[in-house]
Amino acid sequence: MVETTLSPAQTVSPPLLLEMRKIEKAYEGVQVLKGARLAVAQGEIHGLVGENGAGKSTLVKILAGEVARDGGEITWLGRAAAVESRKEAQELGVSMIHQELNLAPHLTVAENIFLGHEPTRGGLIDRAREISETVALLSNLGFDLDARAPVRRLGLAQRQLVEIARAVARATRIVIMDEPSSSLSTREVEELFGVVRQLKERGTAVVFVTHRLEELSEVADRVTVLRDGETVHEGPMPRREFAELIRAMVGRELRDFFPPRASSAGGAALEVRDLSRRKDAESRDFQNVSLRVCHGEIVGIAGLVGAGRTELAEAIFGVKPADHGKVLMDGKDVTIRSPEDAIRCGMALLTEDRKHTGLSLNLNVAQNITLANLTAVVRKHVVDLREEERVGQGFLERLRIRAPSARQKVGRLSGGNQQKVVLAKWLFRQARVFIFDEPTRGVDVGAKAEIYRLMKQLVESGAAILMVSSELPEILGMTNRVYVMRDGRLAKELVTAETTPEEILRYATLGEPETMH
Amino acid sequence: MDDRAIETPVSRAEPSQAGRSSLRQWFERLLPFASLLVLFILLSIVSPYFLTVTNLSSVARQSAVINILALGMTLIMVSGGIDLSVGSVMAFSGICGTMVLQSGAPLYASVAGAMLAGAAWGLLNSLLITVLRVSPFIATLGTMGAARGLTLVVTNGMPVVNLPESFGGLGDGNIFRIVPVPLAVLVVLALLTGFILQYTRLGRYAYAIGSNVEAARYSGIPVRRYVGALYVFGGALAGLGGMIESSRLMTGQPTAGQGYELSVIAAVVIGGGSLSGGEGSVIGTMTGAFFVGLISNGSNLLGVSPFWQQVLIGAVIVAAVAFDEFRKRRRAVA
Repeated sequence: MVETTLSPAQTVSPPLLLEMRKIEKAYEGVQVLKGARLAVAQGEIHGLVGENGAGKSTLVKILAGEVARDGGEITWLGRAAAVESRKEAQELGVSMIHQELNLAPHLTVAENIFLGHEPTRGGLIDRAREISETVALLSNLGFDLDARAPVRRLGLAQRQLVEIARAVARATRIVIMDEPSSSLSTREVEELFGVVRQLKERGTAVVFVTHRLEELSEVADRVTVLRDGETVHEGPMPRREFAELIRAMVGRELRDFFPPRASSAGGAALEVRDLSRRKDAESRDFQNVSLRVCHGEIVGIAGLVGAGRTELAEAIFGVKPADHGKVLMDGKDVTIRSPEDAIRCGMALLTEDRKHTGLSLNLNVAQNITLANLTAVVRKHVVDLREEERVGQGFLERLRIRAPSARQKVGRLSGGNQQKVVLAKWLFRQARVFIFDEPTRGVDVGAKAEIYRLMKQLVESGAAILMVSSELPEILGMTNRVYVMRDGRLAKELVTAETTPEEILRYATLGEPETMH
Repeated sequence: MDDRAIETPVSRAEPSQAGRSSLRQWFERLLPFASLLVLFILLSIVSPYFLTVTNLSSVARQSAVINILALGMTLIMVSGGIDLSVGSVMAFSGICGTMVLQSGAPLYASVAGAMLAGAAWGLLNSLLITVLRVSPFIATLGTMGAARGLTLVVTNGMPVVNLPESFGGLGDGNIFRIVPVPLAVLVVLALLTGFILQYTRLGRYAYAIGSNVEAARYSGIPVRRYVGALYVFGGALAGLGGMIESSRLMTGQPTAGQGYELSVIAAVVIGGGSLSGGEGSVIGTMTGAFFVGLISNGSNLLGVSPFWQQVLIGAVIVAAVAFDEFRKRRRAVA
């Protein structure tokens, strides 16, 4: 089996702030945590890693008092602590930043930050102080946010910053960040790490739940690895060599994380010429975009969050059609005014936001898979439920979707398995041109490798893939060519085998006008 | 058709992971029916008049109209919509149908006319919602007033009378001397609606749209067209309900169906439908509608004042929804 370096007795130089021991938790008979352990020293940045379904979120929710544990002990500064409610956790000084954002969209940044802790004067909310304290807090953290802006006007990444500021404002002993960087661009992640280091300097410990080991290595002091509800490794965070951690996470070696690059490219499957879309009177979501994806090829679109990549993908797919330019498929002009049109042409879009645009969480696995091609299981206007379940079951096996049955609701699956369900939906529709928008967001390491393998199989069978991704290793590992997008324009086209992460980043952040034709 | 046709709402069909919780899920699933049964038995014990053919057939006739409207509402609410205009549309269609009848046309033509009128209002509702993008609540609040007003304008506030004797059969007749016609109509429509929900694109897309309209759109479902079909179906059922109601009264009443929208929505909600869409089932809705019907019948038999009946029904609605929310909250862990 796997060798792990489980060392509970290892001495930590600063005194332990918190120790969770033998934590047990079951949901409806499924044991999620089986004796998990997490020890955090004062002022330490502690990484908590593991595959989806390993129990990370449950463990930190127990710490935040949001979920009641079935068994185990929590020691706080050497004394037993109950931590049975959010309030109790907050009194200890635990605050949590959630994976899903918990903000009130119609309230302002300041109102959200002070929600539930509003400064008052004479029983009324002291708005002036609320604003001034928020402004101070934001400048302290180095966040470029308007305290008076309603949250609904902010982008995903900015909302994340609000969420972080809110946790920091509660001046706590431990801040838990559950997948904080999944929606942030590289630059914003850097800002976030600045905040994390600042917290550490103030003596606040940070528990950082994540999938991204490279990032974690930049800030974390120590790391705990969970697998199947058990703590299988704890120790100092390695700076460069992650093989041991990955092995602990998945219980096997991931030698070839990325499958070998697809080599043969056929004719152009998808071609976009001079595509533009107006955003408002002055600005454009993207402009003069021309690109080409061939059969058997994976083409990447790299760039920072806000460069217009998702907007471009959605325009090609007809969600919000472009107002200028042409789309050609297999060399023929096509008119795409809606997703219906795009799908009819053989296109598929795997969106970056599975929960809002990819899946119907109330429907089960089989029903989600047939959603875009229900006709295929309809006989004389009647949905053949048995056939539908067979289709679902077939995809469960083919894509190794981990679900008890095709009748499981998709809301209960892990991120990686949800993504496979979305992929199955488009495979069942027999799409030939796939647009993947952040294909592995919120997906654990093991499932990531499988999704990459599936993408590879797709192009080997002659499909074409356009992949929007913020993860450079993914771009470099998977694509044949990459377009770098900046401020709504394609800044550069690069052949992946001949480029470097630095070069991509340079075009993404600076562009380089003198080399542009 | 097997029993799953109307029995299994998508949202309830989840496999259980442990024996004990499975038992609990079954208990929760059966609770509405069990409550209906308990109420039924209780009423048979306390009132000697309850378990008589006359009384039961009157309950069936009274509940049938609400029930038929609720079938359409179930589809609409599953898709995340709502139709407040259902009572007014019922009155409008009833007037249209009885006027056709009054002019000497045969019964089937007048029923078709009423259903067509109802469907037209459904179409208008759906256009307001999908084209003008007015929220379903507001759009149908508007048509609720408009349809009622037009009904009063057309009739000048006077009922449509002098209808042929044979018309009464629709509301008060029996099949095989014992099955009330409205009940028979209801059963046929319930089977139809259950079939639509479970086995057709329209039903599946209703769940998909109610569960996540964006995901439905991104999957290439022509959302507008299907939403339109749902409201048209609901409107047509309201038209049919209007004719049954008119037949029972032997007049076309411009004030018919006032307040029905609340009873109808209550029936759907008691039966497990959700105002936020994606949930609901025909069997649940029927249970809800009969539950409300029994409470009002039981109160009448026991001499409870109609004023208190309203309080009672209000309490039942809130209790049912609160229980449902409690159930969901407990399930939503993990």
